[in-house]
Amino acid sequence: MSTISLHDTHHDDHGHGHHHETFLTKYVFSQDHKMIAKQFLITGIIMAVIAMLLSILFRIQLAWPDKTFPLLETFLGKWAEGGRIKPDFFLALVTIHGTIMVFFVLTAGLSGTFSNLLIPLQLGARDMASPFMNMLSYWFFLVACVIMMSSFFVQTGPASGGWTVYPPLSAVPKAMPGSGLGMTLWLVSMVIFVASSLMGSLNYVATILNMRTKGMDLWKMPLTIWAIFLTAVLGILSFPVLVSGVVLLIFDRSFGTSFYLSDLVFGTEILPNEGGSPILWQHLFWFLGHPEVYIVIMPALGISSEIISVNSRKPIFGYHAMVYSLIGITVLSFIVWGHHMFVTGMNPLLGGVFMITTLIIAVPSAVKTFNYLATLWRGNIRFTPAMLFAVGLVSFFISGGLTGIFLGNASLDINLHDTYFVVAHFHLVMGSAAIFGMLAGVYHWFPKMFGRMMNPKLAYLHFWVTFICAYLVFFPLHFLGLDGVPRRYYAFTEFEFMNKWLTVNTFVTWSAIVAALAQVAFLFNFFYSIFRGKKATQNPWEANTLEWTTPVERLHGNWPGEIPTVYRWPYDYSKPGAAEDFIPQTTPFSETMSSNLPHDFEGNEEAERIQKEWEATNKPVQQ
Amino acid sequence: MSLRRLIVNKTMAALAVLFTVFYSANAFAQETAAAATAKPVDMGPIHKTATFYVLLFLLLCLFIAIIGKALKVYELTRETQGKSEGINWNTINAVLFALFLVVGLYGVYWEYTVHGSMILPEAASEHGVRIDEMFNLTLIITTIVFILTHIVLFVFAYIYRSSNKRKAYYYPHNNTIEKIWTIVPALVLTLLVLKGFLTWRSIFYKAEDANNRPINIEVVSSQFLWDIRYPGPDAIVGKRNYKLTTAINGLGIDFNDKNSLDDLIADEIVLPVNKPVRFTLASKDVIHSFYMPHFRVQLNTVPGMVSYFEFTPTITTEEMRTKTNDPKFNYILLCAKICGTNHFNMQKNVRVVSEAEYKEWLAAQTPYLTNDLRKAFNLPIPVEAAPAGTEETPAADSTATAAAVKLDVKNQIALKK
Repeated sequence: MSTISLHDTHHDDHGHGHHHETFLTKYVFSQDHKMIAKQFLITGIIMAVIAMLLSILFRIQLAWPDKTFPLLETFLGKWAEGGRIKPDFFLALVTIHGTIMVFFVLTAGLSGTFSNLLIPLQLGARDMASPFMNMLSYWFFLVACVIMMSSFFVQTGPASGGWTVYPPLSAVPKAMPGSGLGMTLWLVSMVIFVASSLMGSLNYVATILNMRTKGMDLWKMPLTIWAIFLTAVLGILSFPVLVSGVVLLIFDRSFGTSFYLSDLVFGTEILPNEGGSPILWQHLFWFLGHPEVYIVIMPALGISSEIISVNSRKPIFGYHAMVYSLIGITVLSFIVWGHHMFVTGMNPLLGGVFMITTLIIAVPSAVKTFNYLATLWRGNIRFTPAMLFAVGLVSFFISGGLTGIFLGNASLDINLHDTYFVVAHFHLVMGSAAIFGMLAGVYHWFPKMFGRMMNPKLAYLHFWVTFICAYLVFFPLHFLGLDGVPRRYYAFTEFEFMNKWLTVNTFVTWSAIVAALAQVAFLFNFFYSIFRGKKATQNPWEANTLEWTTPVERLHGNWPGEIPTVYRWPYDYSKPGAAEDFIPQTTPFSETMSSNLPHDFEGNEEAERIQKEWEATNKPVQQ
Repeated sequence: MSLRRLIVNKTMAALAVLFTVFYSANAFAQETAAAATAKPVDMGPIHKTATFYVLLFLLLCLFIAIIGKALKVYELTRETQGKSEGINWNTINAVLFALFLVVGLYGVYWEYTVHGSMILPEAASEHGVRIDEMFNLTLIITTIVFILTHIVLFVFAYIYRSSNKRKAYYYPHNNTIEKIWTIVPALVLTLLVLKGFLTWRSIFYKAEDANNRPINIEVVSSQFLWDIRYPGPDAIVGKRNYKLTTAINGLGIDFNDKNSLDDLIADEIVLPVNKPVRFTLASKDVIHSFYMPHFRVQLNTVPGMVSYFEFTPTITTEEMRTKTNDPKFNYILLCAKICGTNHFNMQKNVRVVSEAEYKEWLAAQTPYLTNDLRKAFNLPIPVEAAPAGTEETPAADSTATAAAVKLDVKNQIALKK
């Protein structure tokens, strides 16, 4: 086989080759879920790199507010006149960094990649329920990305009201330069993005509910699929609310309505808008926005559940509890949005209610964490790169999750709201943790996507530098918040009390730069291994799930012959009595008589009788 | 594992090493050349060029590549000698996790003590003390959980690292344990919710005390400015109507409301100690956030909506200066909600003083109402001022307008920044 195995496996000799694949249909307008997954992944990686570079730019400003960097002017022109980033551009950087990371990387890049890749492969389907819609989903996503990036080429600059784009700041063009054309592009991009996300999510749900292979009932699905399924449900229910909010904002901006605007005076100019409320936007935005953070983290949790189980060579502890906690998070995430609004002047009674619901959501999250720890207990842990990232995810999820208990408490939020404490909190729990989930997934399923292995040593380097630097970046930021330093400040030079944090800022920026450089190890490893990596075997991690029963070479339709039948749950690792330390889902119980447990038969009396008979005849032999 | 492959690999590795040596020599040559040309000067300018850092980074990449190749050669030699895998990466990673735990725990301790001592001083308000109590309780609980779970996580990672001699323990679930670790966090969180809820209520649901009525102060935010309005002798801040905003009436104060007539301009917030104050918060243009971290006070100011925050400052600025051992200490009001270009510099000085000082200060403040505004609102120009001293009123007015002009100038300066 040549080194470019990707390119020469399209001989349509696998029973459903009634269409001819050209370069265009195979790589560009592909309707194959695996190719779409790769498209999502690579686009997501590119967007992540862009967003990371943006963050380095504003970190440079924060670390050296008085220094000039002529190079910045070379690249950024008038936005960094004299080599210093301007305040407006700083806000634009912060805004676009947040938008890209939350929506394009951690929603589309993460969900899009692994939903597309894993749903058909782990459930035993030939493709998605609607491959065409799946393709549209990707292309809408790409268009949204392009529009978002195009706002950098607009005279007034990209949207800069923060990723939450609160009106009136975002609604009135004269409030700040970024609220001009840049904001319009942001809104258009977001509508298209939501369309993409909806098409994707509907497809995922339809596929999961209808296209599981024989024997794959809901309680035999891997946790990745459960997580992806619930994420898609969340997306379907919450993203439309964002669209309605965005549409109203577009109306306010372009057609003179007053949904969010009232009583506005800029200088001495009295705006004609009357009767709206800026708080309405916040309700609509966070009705999506809070489920959104679970849309970001749940697939990562699902991926890490799978990876931790495979690499601990142990069943995931409390499979049912894991599913129920995911369901609990899904349901609760819809009734906690108000905790983003404790200090907006919302009725304090509501603040109390939202505090209660918010802290309840910590319970299922705690259960998940403890179950991860219990899975590691007495395992036989293989530290593959994916496993390292999964362990890193658990660490971040704990660290960031615990600070959520502070912020979810309305009375503590008074003093912590919109400070660096919040920045530290969500960068750990949904930023770093979700990114680590995504990276874990990439390292784990790379062989499935590209038929090759990534270099583990470079991956170790990547993991350790990133893991350590992420903590070095985000841990000190908590203390800035506890000192009352608000977020989205262009410079700390105007306040006496912030001067003491300047050195910390420099340290944090250096850590961020090192972390960014470590990603070069990943990028090199990723792109190099696509073409030159060691060839993968069919089941390199010795995992149970269905995707590892497909051939290494990409097939449109996934399995050359019949789709395999599933007999057992996906977590039979190190089962006592079994010859190997893993039993794939496709292995019937009749082939593993020595390791079957009464529990496996789910009350099937006939099977239990056969098992008992077998044990009666074989037990002495075994002893 | 044919010998041929090994040889190929070895040649490849050797080639790679030669290649990298050549290249790094090359890079060094370039650098020395650069250094040579800059010899009469210092290295300063070179340290400022991006190329220098790019070269450094490439050098680092080469270094890593060389190490990678060397490791590969080592592993392959071990393989040909028939020994087990050269380096047990699994153990290395497990050990690194253990090491990370130890260093990390120390790091956390260091952060808590060093950066932890740089945070806000004790709360300077009544409710702030309760918030800090709540905070400390939460901090203790979360720190315990944080440390324990991380110890468990990394110790398990170390102890249960892969070994050929062992098989993992098949342990799919245990309902009792799962119930325990559902219920225990639920109970702890119930405690936190209850306490949080009570604290929250005590902050926002204040019983009216007829003997100790709060001082009403209005704060209106606009882009990068806080406008402070104190009530006059009537203790009531008059109405505002944004539609009345003009160049001379920037806040749109409705002087048809007689409560407005005696309202005072203040260019800082001065509060008497141990007296409740009730801030009326409003915004002219975009959302800002009225944030006074030392008092544990924050509430957004929202255009089209008036909100209130009532609290009692308990420590004067002077007392706080001695407490924090910082003679330059000042309370501060800042904006915590992104509001535009100068969001990072939207501040107001806040002073907490004794009752007497407060009264003295208040008496020196000028009213909003000027003769120009009187004309605009068809109010009678005070005639009783004339017999008392004809020159005084215009003088007062002119200082008021001067102050206004000064404010304007400040605005422009702020905008220019």
